[in-house]
Amino acid sequence: MPSLIDIRRRIRSVRNTQQITKAMKMVAAARLRKAQERVIGSRPYSGMLDELLRNIAAAAANQDAAEAHPLLSRRPETRVQLVLITADRGLAGAFNSNLIKSAQAFMAQRPGQEVQIELLGRKGRDFFVRRNAKVSGETTGISQTPSLRHALDLAGTLMRRYSDEETDAVYLLYNEFKSVLSQTVVLKRILPIEVDTSQPARDYLLEQPVTQFLDNLLPRYVQLGVFKAFLETAAAEHAARMTAMDAATTNANEVIDKLTLYMNRVRQASITKEIIEVVSGAAALE
Amino acid sequence: MADTLVLEVATPERLMLEQHVTEAEVPAAGGALGILPEHAPLLAELGTGELSYTAPGSPRRHMAVSDGWVEVLPNRIRVLALRAEFGDEIDVERARRSLKRAEDRLATPAENLDVARALNAARRARVRLVCASHSVAAKR
Repeated sequence: MPSLIDIRRRIRSVRNTQQITKAMKMVAAARLRKAQERVIGSRPYSGMLDELLRNIAAAAANQDAAEAHPLLSRRPETRVQLVLITADRGLAGAFNSNLIKSAQAFMAQRPGQEVQIELLGRKGRDFFVRRNAKVSGETTGISQTPSLRHALDLAGTLMRRYSDEETDAVYLLYNEFKSVLSQTVVLKRILPIEVDTSQPARDYLLEQPVTQFLDNLLPRYVQLGVFKAFLETAAAEHAARMTAMDAATTNANEVIDKLTLYMNRVRQASITKEIIEVVSGAAALE
Repeated sequence: MADTLVLEVATPERLMLEQHVTEAEVPAAGGALGILPEHAPLLAELGTGELSYTAPGSPRRHMAVSDGWVEVLPNRIRVLALRAEFGDEIDVERARRSLKRAEDRLATPAENLDVARALNAARRARVRLVCASHSVAAKR
């Protein structure tokens, strides 16, 4: 039977851990709010851009100009670029491992193709660099507060590789922020771009030729797709960490309760034992 | 006939503005466009420049915008800009610094200098300074 001091020591250690998880939960909650605001803030722009692109694409389709654009042209996928966006830090439940598993599944599903991965976030990088995967590039340290500039840089690199025919398709793999309790892994192809041209174009006066609009809109669409993935990942990371740390805090409470109960039992047992010893000692003297 | 139209200015970061205005001047790539209510639907590329508008009952406001499109819909103007800043929120010191940096870069070009990029940066900084000064003037 462990001594009272041992049990007390364990309770203290669990309580310390609980304080840390509680603090991490608070930090994640505060950051989540900010990240969530950014996700919501980006929605009007991306909604308008989608609409604009559909309109222009429909207008261009009438002129048979859409197929000509390099970012729209489909090629057989022999070299595939996968962009894996993970977090820099752990302690966020299954956040990173789900992504890494999906990335492995993605590669396993494409036996005849050459998959190179672009890694964002330390967790994904550590995993795949250690396993000698074909890595096209890596960036760390930006996942928690992504900036537009990073998204523009990455999108630029991806588009250059695609236009130079180094890759035939580009997929983004990231966690989408559904709600605080649920984040889902999303695989999205961003290149070649798929535009829905079924709706009729809006009747505009166009200041520039349709193809010129398309030339500028398509890159922007890719850039925004990357930026949105960044924002979603940041929000999802904080949400996942908050949920995980909340669960950890609750678990710590349970452990403390159990240990306290046990400690009291041990204490009582030792008191009872002492009384018995005193009583039987007194009885022996009579 | 409506006497106002809605002006929306959105950047990838946030919706900067959604407001009824009586008139707006938008810097399109081919030159400034003055847009009044009941304007015909139009789509144009946005230049780097100053956007200004008047909301009913308030003084004229100025904004520095660049990289994007302006879409005129029935009684709605949508400005999709990569960058946008209200004139009175512009950090004048920062704008001055970035103008100087861009000018220095152009004055003593390094080998790998992206000239177009530096020119654009200089242009944006100049527009921001102009815009900030207009906003200060409007406040007085």
